[in-house]
Amino acid sequence: MIEVNHATKTFDDGKTVLKDVSTIFETGKTNLIIGQSGSGKTVLMKSVVGIFRINSGEILYDGRNITLMKRKELNMLRREIGMLFQGSALFDSMSVLENVKFPLDMFTEKDEKEKTERALFCLNRVGLDEVVNHAPSQISGGQQKRAAIARAIVMNPKYLFCDEPNSGLDPKTSLVIDKLIQDITHEFNITTIINTHDMNSVMEIGENIVFISNGVKAWQGTKDEIFDTDCEPLEKFIFASNLYKEIKKAHNFFHDKDSTKQK
Amino acid sequence: MIAIKEIEKVGAYTQLMYRVFAKPDKWSMFFRQYKEELKKQGIESLAIVVIISIFIGAVITIQMIKNMENPLLPNTLIGLATRDILLLEFSSAILCLILAGKVGSNISSEIGTMRITEQIDALDIMGVNSANFLILPKITAFVTIMPFLVLTSMFVGIIGGYGVAVFTDMITVKAYESGIQYSFTPYYITYSIIKSVIFAFIITSVSAFYGYTVSEKGGALEVGKASTDAVVNSSVLILLFDIMLTKLLL
Repeated sequence: MIEVNHATKTFDDGKTVLKDVSTIFETGKTNLIIGQSGSGKTVLMKSVVGIFRINSGEILYDGRNITLMKRKELNMLRREIGMLFQGSALFDSMSVLENVKFPLDMFTEKDEKEKTERALFCLNRVGLDEVVNHAPSQISGGQQKRAAIARAIVMNPKYLFCDEPNSGLDPKTSLVIDKLIQDITHEFNITTIINTHDMNSVMEIGENIVFISNGVKAWQGTKDEIFDTDCEPLEKFIFASNLYKEIKKAHNFFHDKDSTKQK
Repeated sequence: MIAIKEIEKVGAYTQLMYRVFAKPDKWSMFFRQYKEELKKQGIESLAIVVIISIFIGAVITIQMIKNMENPLLPNTLIGLATRDILLLEFSSAILCLILAGKVGSNISSEIGTMRITEQIDALDIMGVNSANFLILPKITAFVTIMPFLVLTSMFVGIIGGYGVAVFTDMITVKAYESGIQYSFTPYYITYSIIKSVIFAFIITSVSAFYGYTVSEKGGALEVGKASTDAVVNSSVLILLFDIMLTKLLL
């Protein structure tokens, strides 16, 4: 579990991007941070990971406060973290297999055979058996994301961070990636935090959703509660798309029907 | 304002070097990277070093012949002047200026691209000291391979001059040979190697600094600018240190 308590982040130019944000990201669930572009969701995620240092407040990883950690302690904690970047961030100079094996090479004393077996297991888990010796530039965007997921889980992380995992992907591949992340979260009981503005992802895998608006946590709930929200900025965010306006109408229609039946 | 910016840059460079010269997370990974860099920066630079040195050696010899067409000056001076120019200045400072273009731009664009594609963030998130992992092998590899490049350049440059004696009738082989052996000071080679090692450090560390500090949102433009800044600044620093080291060591 990751707890964020009263986190505030102000940059050198004086702009406050996070304002007293408090929330809990639960273990074994897909926790989503959503919000418009520029709302502060990426800053929140990067602050939680420790790339940015917050100015006040605290961030607790199962009780361990990262805001008080020195670089060495933070590096040790980071070995429990897997991260999927927006652009996959695979190392160009290595093959897919070498990319996945890299954290094992860096931080374990396993022999070559064991490391290769573990990397191949993770690549098999994400369905990438056939391209293990390809360079990242030789595989598709969806495959790159899957390879990055394999690399993120190879060290059995306790925490998994995904920064806009669906950016640049078609809807079908996005769905595959979303399901894969959710399955891995449940299978390995990981605390997963996903930063997204893709409403399809929200409706598909949103088990705990945190909505950020202008640097403030404006709403928190599940995908089932989202249509009943009375939070105005969240409504504007969701129903910017006509598709979701129609879904809301249908949702309300069935909701009213159920209420009448119960009466 | 500009002065403050430059002081800030020196501070950022010092902080980066502090992170670079930490103990590697894993020595076996460091040596793997180190070997890669030796090949990339050293072996792959050998061809350009040989080509440039052989031609410059020949050109210096021809120019010396043209400028010393005087019956009062002995022909042996041509070989001597060619040798001393190569040993004292060309094979260390000028060669490093050329390599600043090749190796420096390669380092800054490689690290800069890793920055904008979040590969450096990925290393940091894994708990790897990215500055140490990426930059230390480059610096150590180039610093260790540089004396060999300098010695190769000296040897090949003298061969270039020798070619002029063999293939033209501008100077006899005997005069050139006695010239390159006349009043030879072995310390010149030591002096040249000391300079080149310092220049190798300047090229790699300054280029790595410009690449590493590329803004994530800068894109290809920023990487290009970092590459140019790396070459320009390391060249200026090489020239500056060339004067200081010459005054100190000679």
